[in-house]
Amino acid sequence: MSHWHHFRVWRGDSSEGDLVDYPVEVNEGEVVLDIIHRLQQTEANDLAVRWNCKAGKCGSCSVEINGKPRLACMTRMSTFADDEVVTVTPLRTFPVIRDLVTDVEFNYVKAREVPAFAPPEGVAPGEYRMQQIDVERSQEFRKCIECYLCQNTCHAVRDHEENKAAFSGPRYLMRIAELDMHPLDAADRKDSAQDDHGLGYCNITKCCTEVCPEHIKITDNALIPMKERVVDRKYDPIVWLGNKLFRR
Amino acid sequence: MSSTTDMGAGRAQIAARTLRTDRWWLPPLLNFAGLGAWVLYATVRAFMQNWYFVPEYNYLTPFYSPCVSNGCVEQAAHLGRFVPDVWFLPYALISLPFLLLFRLTCYYYRKAYYRAFWGSPPACAVAEPHGKYTGETRFPLILQNLHRYFYYAAALISILNTYDAVIAFIKSDGSFGLGLGNIIIVANVVLLWAYTASCHSCRSIIGGRLNHFSKHPLRYRAWGFVTKLNGKHMQLAWATLASLAITDAYIMCVSAGWISDLRIVG
Amino acid sequence: MTDQTDRTVEHHEYDVVVIGAGGAGLRAAIEARLQGKRVAIISKSLFGKAHTVMAEGGCAASMGNVNENDNWMVHYRDTMRGGKFLNNWRMAELHAKEAPERVWELETYGALFDRTPDGKISQRNFGGHTYPRLAHVGDRTGLELIRTLQQKIVSLQQDDYVVTGDYQSHLRVFHECTITELLRTDGRIAGAFGYFRNDGRFVRFDAPAIVMATGGVGKSYQVTSNSWEYTGDGHALALRAGATLINMEFLQFHPTGMVWPPSVKGILVTESVRGDGGVLRNSEGKRFMFEYVPDVFKEQYATTEEEGDRWYTDPDNNRRPPELLPRDEVARAINSEVKAGRGSPHGGVFLDIASRKTPEEILKRLPSMYHQFKELADVDITKEPMEVGPTCHYVMGGIEVDPDTGMSSVPGLFAAGECSGGMHGSNRLGGNSLSDLLVFGRRTGLYAAQFSEGARPAVDPAEVEAAVDRALLPFSSATDGGENPFVVQLELQKTMHELVGIIRKADEMEMALKKLEDIATRTRTVTVEGHREFNPGWHLALDLRNMLLVSLCVARAALERQESRGGHTRDDFPVMDSDWRHILLVCSALGEDNVELTRKEQIPMRPELFDLFELDELKKYYTGEELGGHRADRGETR
Repeated sequence: MSHWHHFRVWRGDSSEGDLVDYPVEVNEGEVVLDIIHRLQQTEANDLAVRWNCKAGKCGSCSVEINGKPRLACMTRMSTFADDEVVTVTPLRTFPVIRDLVTDVEFNYVKAREVPAFAPPEGVAPGEYRMQQIDVERSQEFRKCIECYLCQNTCHAVRDHEENKAAFSGPRYLMRIAELDMHPLDAADRKDSAQDDHGLGYCNITKCCTEVCPEHIKITDNALIPMKERVVDRKYDPIVWLGNKLFRR
Repeated sequence: MSSTTDMGAGRAQIAARTLRTDRWWLPPLLNFAGLGAWVLYATVRAFMQNWYFVPEYNYLTPFYSPCVSNGCVEQAAHLGRFVPDVWFLPYALISLPFLLLFRLTCYYYRKAYYRAFWGSPPACAVAEPHGKYTGETRFPLILQNLHRYFYYAAALISILNTYDAVIAFIKSDGSFGLGLGNIIIVANVVLLWAYTASCHSCRSIIGGRLNHFSKHPLRYRAWGFVTKLNGKHMQLAWATLASLAITDAYIMCVSAGWISDLRIVG
Repeated sequence: MTDQTDRTVEHHEYDVVVIGAGGAGLRAAIEARLQGKRVAIISKSLFGKAHTVMAEGGCAASMGNVNENDNWMVHYRDTMRGGKFLNNWRMAELHAKEAPERVWELETYGALFDRTPDGKISQRNFGGHTYPRLAHVGDRTGLELIRTLQQKIVSLQQDDYVVTGDYQSHLRVFHECTITELLRTDGRIAGAFGYFRNDGRFVRFDAPAIVMATGGVGKSYQVTSNSWEYTGDGHALALRAGATLINMEFLQFHPTGMVWPPSVKGILVTESVRGDGGVLRNSEGKRFMFEYVPDVFKEQYATTEEEGDRWYTDPDNNRRPPELLPRDEVARAINSEVKAGRGSPHGGVFLDIASRKTPEEILKRLPSMYHQFKELADVDITKEPMEVGPTCHYVMGGIEVDPDTGMSSVPGLFAAGECSGGMHGSNRLGGNSLSDLLVFGRRTGLYAAQFSEGARPAVDPAEVEAAVDRALLPFSSATDGGENPFVVQLELQKTMHELVGIIRKADEMEMALKKLEDIATRTRTVTVEGHREFNPGWHLALDLRNMLLVSLCVARAALERQESRGGHTRDDFPVMDSDWRHILLVCSALGEDNVELTRKEQIPMRPELFDLFELDELKKYYTGEELGGHRADRGETR
């Protein structure tokens, strides 16, 4: 059942690097990460790749396969033609450490800048009451496995290193949306979404949604609704008037 | 050039703009061709000032509704005639700009033209050809945030289109009539409503802005309905472009006498 | 770039150092920080990727939201039963009592569990639990837990930022950092030594209190649901630092791991599939579990398919289906069916939910299972049955700790979660792991913080030098001609899998111990090429000795225990023996690759806890003389 496949893997570090060719054996049912591991166990012991669960749940093995940001553990070899060259490169938006491993610190910095859940005052632990329909939207965003494929593919930072300071990226704008839609979160996040986290940089070209391995509808369910909530706050006099007249 | 292929910032040094091996350039190319063709057609028709009305059957093309120019045929002008009849002012001057802006600021079309016309980005993980990017943070693109006003306007115009569709069942002699034109017009209006209702702004206004659906069961149901439609926003965007062009072209052809309407009743 | 021979050691000082960033580690760190301490969290992988994310089913806590008859006593009884009464009963008691508070607390950190119609946390059924008890979010509860704790850490860092202007001033995560040695001074914990995976530089953390929360040992087995991180680091580090391990013979083989395709063999199929109505069938289409209900469980489980099916909608008047027996029973049953030639094409059995639920229900309740099978195996679980088989999932054994404080026999060394031992006895109930993490994570954090207020032993520089030497050994000329660590690892996994696996025999385990001796020699001389930057060969070379030491404990203890109980099944001693119930096997290290085993008596259960059980049930587990003093003897009934 096995056959040979032509792999090209980017090897190198931040100073230099290149695509290296490897002919490699592929068995039925294998994924790209299996092939990388086979290389590690045979001809490239020191080939660096980050991985953990191997079941698409931890989001560690993010790489680019034939130019597309993907999880190596969720890319089945059967999706390639037998004679197709498979090119595996590190994420291109983040600094490379070695081979397929990149420094994803950017994401942790941005995560720290999103104000945490603000518990409602006067509600003791055990007293939280929320309806399922009220938590479902945020639950969708909490499916995120933080693989950073969306952060990597978003052209606002992928193609523009200089925007990293002002733009938190889809993952953290979605985090803001998650908290803003939380039925019990006590904080207001609309102004800061726009002013501190760069929601305006998003031009809704939906690449984040395209690459999300959890199939979260980041753009339609998080980013656009958040943009609309910002409009409510900042750009819509009718809503403003309505709030004035019919304030409960 | 873009940072993707840039040697700075410690990124992996890969010179290729993209390593994608699929035909990533095809969707933006099709979008470019499709949108370009439609805009061309619509521009020609909007300024043609002719063949927009079939008096016998009360067919008015949506491109000329409401017809408010002094040059309009009286039967077609439901809201009166008050715009000077000059070549550079479309007869539907009070609706066309809003419809244009509604679609121009639509979250789907934005994606389509940012990708197809501006290459920002041309496709996912393909480096864009610009050195600088500020997204929708500055003038003029910050005005994209005005989408919901154009949505309000478009909803009003959809009412007018509905009115047009209804009175098209009454022939010039006051009797009931039904032809292929009616079917096309009604189909177009239905699609226009679906497209308008599936708008992301509509979804937010109708319920998305709430944090407690459980306290607003009616709005939650409405939101659920709009959410379903919203999932088809792209398809509806293209379907309405097609239906608008077909409706207009059909009425033009009938009005010009190139074809005659296929009548079913009367 | 770090030169291979660079001996520079980065130096940090903290009050409490937590090794491991899974549920237990993060909860411990949160508690220690809340106690005002400066805390470091050390994580082998990236922050937020810990193996806890793999937990699917839920977190057991007797909140009574779905069935109000539930309370801590019922939970306690279930836990003890599941562990076949070998559990550290005090830990089981604390766990059952404190779990609800720990879950509620998560909501104040921002967790969003699935809800009941009245807005409370919903709870689901699970094997071995009398009532619906598992707080859950679809089938990704572990992810919710880790993300919530991660976000709470960030929240605490934000609080520190307001005061100090530095997010990391009092609570810092050192991720992709592996600890290779604990440092002791005069028998007390003084610090830890390790390296950063990304650039290979050495680092040392001086701290009077260290919490071990490193998880399990599954990577010593060929088919496992565990990730590469599960190399028994905490177990081995503690052993080498002079602490003891207990119950190492008890390994849980989860009954339902994927069996195909080969690359995902072992990956878990959540028990919720069965909790939500999924049934096990053999190649003849028969629901075989009805034949495998052991005597001790006869009264609690349905005897007909009809009764079992009624239970899902009417649990008060029907007994549960035997698919929901504790994991060890189900794993053994599947093993027997496959051995009898009634297995599925790829050597498992069929787990069928497709014929029992609508596609919509399956997608709603088991979304990640649907995706897992669709994307990894190209199987649509709404249309076809899954193929499943046992996979090494959890180690009940671990560092021997004081039940209240979580401190080991080494002053300053604490342990929580999977790497600690005792709580689950001979077998863990599904859902009790996440609650274990929270309850004992918090406790160890609290007591480690208190302990850190005492004396601060100075680190002995000679120990650091020795640790540097050991870490560099695979690069040195002393190992020239040695083997590739991947080869040795495969050999070790194969040995444990084939000879100390799910069904054990004395002669096989003796052979395993011989092989492990040989592997020990080879482990000392594995050699690696290249550099210290993110070099997986080097990382494995150092992890390997932990895997070896832990495997030795497992094999030794398994050979010693001459009975079958929970996660330990002996072909040559197939029944449970009451004379073994009160005996704990304690493992300690003799140098880097040898261990010593001693027996220890289990402390008898406190009378009021003992009285929570009916005498008839206790008779199945206890010897006659141990039953004296039960309330039945005093003529009392409950």
